[in-house]
Amino acid sequence: MINNSLEKVKMQEQDPQKRIKNFEEVSLGYTPEEAIEEARRCLQCKNRPCVSKCPVAVPIPEFIKEVVEGKFEEAYKIITTANNLPAVCGRVCPQESQCESKCVRGYKGEPVAIGRLERFVADYHMKNSKEEIKAVPTNGIKVAVVGGGPAGLTCAADLAKLGYEITLFEALHKPGGVLVYGIPEFRLPKKLVKDEIENIKKLGVKIEKNVIVGKSITVEELKTKKGFESVFIGSGAGLPRFMNIEGENLNGVYSSNEFLTRVNLMEAYDFPNTPTPVRLGKNVAVIGGGNVAMDSARTAKRLGAEHVYIVYRRSEDELPARTEEVHHAKEEGIEFKLLNNPTRILEKDFWVDKLECIRMELGEPDSSGRRRPVPLENSEFLLDVDTVIIAIGQRPNPLISHTTPEIKTESWGGIIADEVTAETSKENVYAGGDVVSGAATVILAMGAGKKAAKAIHEKLKNK
Amino acid sequence: MYKILRKKIINESVEEMDILAPFVSEKCEPGQFIILRVDEKGERIPLTIADYDREEQSIKIVYQKVGHTTKLLGQKKAGEFIEDFAGPLGKEAPLNKAKRVIGVAGGVGAAPLYPQIKKLKAMGSQVDVIIGARNSEFIIFEEEFRKIADNLYFATDDGSKGKKGFVTDVLMELLEKGNEYDEAIAIGPVPMMRAVVGVTKKAEIATSVSLNPIMIDGTGMCGGCRVTIAGETKFACVDGPDFNGFDVDFEELINRQQHLKSEEKEIEEHHKCKIGLSGGYDD
Repeated sequence: MINNSLEKVKMQEQDPQKRIKNFEEVSLGYTPEEAIEEARRCLQCKNRPCVSKCPVAVPIPEFIKEVVEGKFEEAYKIITTANNLPAVCGRVCPQESQCESKCVRGYKGEPVAIGRLERFVADYHMKNSKEEIKAVPTNGIKVAVVGGGPAGLTCAADLAKLGYEITLFEALHKPGGVLVYGIPEFRLPKKLVKDEIENIKKLGVKIEKNVIVGKSITVEELKTKKGFESVFIGSGAGLPRFMNIEGENLNGVYSSNEFLTRVNLMEAYDFPNTPTPVRLGKNVAVIGGGNVAMDSARTAKRLGAEHVYIVYRRSEDELPARTEEVHHAKEEGIEFKLLNNPTRILEKDFWVDKLECIRMELGEPDSSGRRRPVPLENSEFLLDVDTVIIAIGQRPNPLISHTTPEIKTESWGGIIADEVTAETSKENVYAGGDVVSGAATVILAMGAGKKAAKAIHEKLKNK
Repeated sequence: MYKILRKKIINESVEEMDILAPFVSEKCEPGQFIILRVDEKGERIPLTIADYDREEQSIKIVYQKVGHTTKLLGQKKAGEFIEDFAGPLGKEAPLNKAKRVIGVAGGVGAAPLYPQIKKLKAMGSQVDVIIGARNSEFIIFEEEFRKIADNLYFATDDGSKGKKGFVTDVLMELLEKGNEYDEAIAIGPVPMMRAVVGVTKKAEIATSVSLNPIMIDGTGMCGGCRVTIAGETKFACVDGPDFNGFDVDFEELINRQQHLKSEEKEIEEHHKCKIGLSGGYDD
């Protein structure tokens, strides 16, 4: 009894007018009935095209089959054979370009809502399961994981499940990486990230916070002084890019990293109940068109900004952000200034006063395959803003590569790692996630962490 | 959690603590800093390392109780714990051997200056030091400097210790008297460092200054501590905190320090009634 509806079962959402005044989650998730109804749209294809597009190869038709039968805990067990952070992935994965892009139902109508189902199953488990996670007996082999983001957490969990003694070193005071400092509460509740991390701790992973590998200790010292057989580096891409335009050091200019970290990790949205402030004007320009730009814009709106602009130099078709994020941003009244490129920031008493932009048009395709934006001569105009948030991408932090020169890097700072094993040019040192790929997605980082865990196990298991 | 091994009250607003922090003490060098949070809900603040003991695995910090977090820290006693203590961060100070050096400190700047002067002395340099403060009460680290400095001078606003006037007045006097220095290190409030650089630039004495503006992470993640050095944007947390004083755009730096001034006031007001009465701001 397949559900032949061409559309996904709708997921309840907070009303846009209401949600721009709070930081609570926008999407409310499926009820068990809705989940079963949606799961019945799955054709249970034998060749599983959806799985081939999942970076961690979640057995998708298998878990959906359990959902159809209402066996949600069974579904959870199936998902977690491949994915250690299902509640996170169900929310922030770009399913439209991964699993759902290959769904046969998508040829005519909408694909099966795999992401929503994954989210439902994970949430159901967190709410209802009393089952205690138990650590596997240890094999006594020590492995260090550097960085508590999606790559590091995945690598740590996979190796802990195999019995390795894992210590995860986190530079900040809280593990989670971009899941806690970057992605806002309204898209990914922090309580949920905390719960997922607690689960990983229960597997026996020891988390050592406030340790900046490359400063507090080097990769080499982890091996020689602390006795770690292998080291996995998942330190991410945390260094903000700036545009190098006039006025960028004025007061009122933030990197998206600073802005989001203040609001998310330090909970500045609750200032002065929390001690970390964030200062925001009435009119905010966010520069960039990716998910981080959407997160920044929607956060600014919730903090009370009257006008929030997305300033992006290409057109809507090229926006790198997920369609859903762009859709949500528009619903919330974010104003899109497309085909506009910032040229300088004007000041008044050393504060941002206006943003000068130039209009662009699309020319021939560039090396990325997208049409290159070309400035239209003498088309400069001024945008009346008092805050500018720069969200044009992040680079890997060089702290580790500078103190461990044997680890070879790309010219832009990314660590070079083997495509299959994730091993770097330094023996028994592995790397994965944004520090290798440059800023990408949570799930790709998790896939890299998984790959490294497998390779580390292959190498160490016969020790 | 990080244990407060000892606490010393220096004067009504300045205190020092020795904190047990093995990961920091093992590798830290003069010029580097740490980031701390007092409790679970706290904000992250940077403090420059004032001294360290590798054997005891401890780090000395000196703080002036001027803001919300430093006041909260001041309520902690020896034997108690603070939530987070991360480091060492920043680059070590570029210290050169066997030269005649003048160290100039303003207020609590004397604390971070101390390990640099101590190391220079150990390297065989001749070191003179000028410490300036509001009045004699606010002169800190006198005993410590007394042990290592070849000459120690003071300047106070009210003349209660040393010369009545600024550290730059003492510095100019020394230079006029024919003292020659190969290098200067100035640590203190930004306007003071700017004034020192004004003097040393004329006298052609290479000068290092320590910048310590607002930081969240201390690892280059946020870029909140951007400064213009010789026309180029740098991050004080990873490229510094010590820079060539001649290259620093002081005007921009002073302007950037205004950024969150009104918010600082707001949180002071918000928590005023609770701090000191309850012992914690969130209960």
